[in-house]
Amino acid sequence: MAGAGGGGGGGDELKLLGSLASPFALRVKLALSFKGLSYEYIAEDLQSKSNLLLSSNPVHKKVPVLIHNGKPICESQIIVQYIEEAFKSTGPSLLPADPYERAIARFWAAYVDDKLLASWLQLTRAKTPEERTEGLKQTLVAAENLEAAFKEISEGKPFFGGDSVGYLEVTLGGLVAWVHAAKKLDGTSLFDGARTPLLNAWVERLGALEAAKAVLPDVDRLVEFAKRWQPQATATAASNN
Amino acid sequence: MAGKEDLKLLGLLVSPFVIRVRMALSMKGLNYEYVEEDLFNKSELLLKLNPVHKKVPVLIHNGKPICESLVILQYVDELFTGRAILPTDPYERATARFWAAYIEDKLCPAWIGILKAKAEEERAEKVKETLAAIEHVEVAFAKCSNGNVFFGGDSIGYLDIVLGSFLFWFEALRRMYGLEIINTSKTPLLAAWAERFGGSVEAKEVVPEADKAVQYANKLHAAAAVKLVSSE
Repeated sequence: MAGAGGGGGGGDELKLLGSLASPFALRVKLALSFKGLSYEYIAEDLQSKSNLLLSSNPVHKKVPVLIHNGKPICESQIIVQYIEEAFKSTGPSLLPADPYERAIARFWAAYVDDKLLASWLQLTRAKTPEERTEGLKQTLVAAENLEAAFKEISEGKPFFGGDSVGYLEVTLGGLVAWVHAAKKLDGTSLFDGARTPLLNAWVERLGALEAAKAVLPDVDRLVEFAKRWQPQATATAASNN
Repeated sequence: MAGKEDLKLLGLLVSPFVIRVRMALSMKGLNYEYVEEDLFNKSELLLKLNPVHKKVPVLIHNGKPICESLVILQYVDELFTGRAILPTDPYERATARFWAAYIEDKLCPAWIGILKAKAEEERAEKVKETLAAIEHVEVAFAKCSNGNVFFGGDSIGYLDIVLGSFLFWFEALRRMYGLEIINTSKTPLLAAWAERFGGSVEAKEVVPEADKAVQYANKLHAAAAVKLVSSE
């Protein structure tokens, strides 16, 4: 499957259980791609989960699951940190070397999941105008906070990780495909040029990297997926236009 | 190493998240200035250093703030030598992080939901969620401890701190609602672990009496009632 280069040592077997639409699985693909690690990719049908998925992630039964030499690791951010630690000498470091900078990276990674993604999901799943307004409000606040974080952390450099990609590129990068898909679906822009110009530019920059291009899903396929599985979201969006 | 580090902790005596940080600092032999916050009247310093969440704990190291208890725990573990808090093996670390995330994302909102519930039906739902979550944690203990007395092995580690910080609140819930989240019949491994944790030197140093938690819960309920009344 994807990626050149070997694993951390002889006989490293990596398998990734994922799905096309999962931003969390995309994070792991990005991390593996940035590190130059090879792996076998198994596309899960989430309507009909494999025995391998159910036995590897009995608690959550979700993708992604990384299986390293037969041992499963679950939860995207935990998987990415595992890849960083288990394959220290392969490819670039994803986390900063400085403990304080690492703490800042982890803080904002938690924020992406707990605040940005949570409010974005609330927005896309809103069933009433009130829910939509609240979801939109929270999403805009979260996006603006991340914009400020990017400004502070990048210090004028192209990425959160500085001159090259880091942990937050992987964490936030998982959402990039959906950022593009949402625009096509209903015109909403998570990181629009006016309110969050730095992140808007960052999205483009990330998408242009070879290692990212290798794993980012086709936006039209995501749009198709959303239309098929989330007709409610598209209907709400259509009625709001 | 222990010694002259400039460390300040903004906290709350009954906050389990703050207690986690205090245990970690103590395990590393670190001295720090402790500042008790009044969360009904947050200090300028707290609002300035944690503008995003406005919550405790905030650890201030050489003037720079670190927020979110699990982030702080890892920071302290990586920066300061001495007793290891997280395991050193990458796979064991991933396992510890997985269960810490489970405790934060599933168990924590459930038991806090018991306190916050505005109606009996809601409370019953949260109790159900809490009991379901703790059963998973019982299984986790069997796997992680490997026959040892703590999640971390033969001494207190990351998961012991993450879950152990909740125990005095579980006792408070028992006093308030007659609810046993951990008990010897349904979760025997955790029941035995809870006794050991509670009796440990590390816990005795920073974990308050359950009655303090009950008092704080009453304060929260009273404040919520006032809010409700004044909004009518």
